[in-house]
Amino acid sequence: MPRSADELRGIANTLRAHAVRMAYRSRGAHLGSCLSMADILACLYWNSLRIDPTCPGWRHRDRFVLSKGHGASILYAALAERGFFPVEELETYCELHSRLTGHVTAGVPGVELSTGSLGHGLPVGCGMALAAKRDRSASRVVVLLSDGELDEGSNWEAILFAPQYELDNLLVIVDYNRIQSFGRVKDVLDLDPLSDKFRAFRWAVREIDGHDMEQLIEGLTATPFEPGKPGVLIAHTRKGKGVSFMEDNLAWHYQSPSSEQAMLALRELGA
Amino acid sequence: MRTAFVEELVRLAGEDERIWLVCGDLGYTVLEAFAQRFPERYLNAGVAEQNMTGVAAGLALSGKTVFTYSIANFPVMRCLEQIRDDVCYHHLNVKIVAVGGGLAYASHGYTHHAVEDIAVMSALPNIAVIAPGDPVEARAVTRVIASRDGPAYLRLGKAGEPVLHSTALTLDYGKAIVLREGRDLTLISIGGMLANTMDAANQLAVAGYSVRVMSMPFAVPLDEDAIRDAVMSTGVILTIEEHSQGGLGTLVGECIARLGRAATFVPLRLGRLPIKTAGTQEQLKACQGLSPEGIARSAESAFQLHASPSRQVWQ
Repeated sequence: MPRSADELRGIANTLRAHAVRMAYRSRGAHLGSCLSMADILACLYWNSLRIDPTCPGWRHRDRFVLSKGHGASILYAALAERGFFPVEELETYCELHSRLTGHVTAGVPGVELSTGSLGHGLPVGCGMALAAKRDRSASRVVVLLSDGELDEGSNWEAILFAPQYELDNLLVIVDYNRIQSFGRVKDVLDLDPLSDKFRAFRWAVREIDGHDMEQLIEGLTATPFEPGKPGVLIAHTRKGKGVSFMEDNLAWHYQSPSSEQAMLALRELGA
Repeated sequence: MRTAFVEELVRLAGEDERIWLVCGDLGYTVLEAFAQRFPERYLNAGVAEQNMTGVAAGLALSGKTVFTYSIANFPVMRCLEQIRDDVCYHHLNVKIVAVGGGLAYASHGYTHHAVEDIAVMSALPNIAVIAPGDPVEARAVTRVIASRDGPAYLRLGKAGEPVLHSTALTLDYGKAIVLREGRDLTLISIGGMLANTMDAANQLAVAGYSVRVMSMPFAVPLDEDAIRDAVMSTGVILTIEEHSQGGLGTLVGECIARLGRAATFVPLRLGRLPIKTAGTQEQLKACQGLSPEGIARSAESAFQLHASPSRQVWQ
């Protein structure tokens, strides 16, 4: 059953707390990237996606592909909290023989595609969307991209491809937190004006505040934005969102929290 | 070979509605038969091989058996990471077809020479690496990979290759085919080198040698039993391929080393450097020692080395 915006905000912070604990325990990186998409994942998994955790392979499910595969920990947290596998398993993240590796890995229940190298999710998502169209299935395909990975040429091949085949069952979300691996997006390879670029490629575009749950609910539900066109939801976000000292800070693309930092972060998240 | 492949694929697609064909804007006058008969299962992904391969993976994740099609290196090198991460890692039913393997696009220049593909593809997990030796083998391996789960790479010639098998072939997955029996030495050919290899064997027979010829369309999985048998019964092995280092010669050499049996082994292949000058496919092959005469000469030298007294010291 769809949750209220308030409930979704609470779930998002639960996921953030998992990500902080997993980064702390594993000494893992990419915490800032996980926190920036927590609200998006909460809205997808508890409101928008047609999925059945008891039947992950259901043929007519919606497909969600996390193309920014370095955001693995918070995706695993969402899948566990949503009932795809036990929440306790999150404690094995990055440990010997755990299936929960540091980049998204297929075989974990609910994961549609292994990702990690950037620029892979959208072409595969196009294939899934095309198959659903030709099979007359109502499945939607949702692909979450980072802003930095829009540097990859493979994405622009797919952005050219999707309108050609009128993949209006495809929705791309851009987690536009404006920080990539080694600097600010505008200083590395500036994407702006990003909406205009997608429009020029014949996509239906919406821009939202990626932390505003009402806007997320509306944006992730009202698809297709235009019949016959693939949709892109440009979600303006903040890297590290929810933990004051991690917000909008490149260092938290790499850093794992000390025990004090983890405690502080969890306190801010109300966990 | 490409005609044999497409005819077979059309036939198979008529029986199996999971079969799709995705091309990278190449295949003019070749793929129309499929496109017209199965428009819902055909698409031209444009000059964009990374997306083509990703799309194929997405289709395969949705239950399709997808053949991607382009020429020379294009469906392999440009999208290598998509093949590795999306197709091979997920063990998907994506079959990558490259027309114009080896030096088929001879005078088009090095950009169009597919001469490192077997090395590159055989390093990846889960994928069968196949280069049929004539149109009959091309048909047979198309049937085999269409019905078998998992990724495959199919290196084809272009058009007009001679038919070397007298009858239709039932080919077992990963198995070599003996075309000629012999006791003195074994020639193992992969892909389009089979015709020159057979000619070389005829020349060697006239010179008094008893020559075994094997076509080995599968570089992966390798027919280790056939190699062991050749080592035990002839002791002199030559691999013949239109490929640079790292191809069949490397795979067979490693297999022979693992056997722990003394054998004389000579890998005949292209040199390491790009071919920068023009010529027909046969001319370029001849320049690299891969004409029938060149193969026969190398085989004779190998046999003499094997039989020489100095070799007996360490045999």
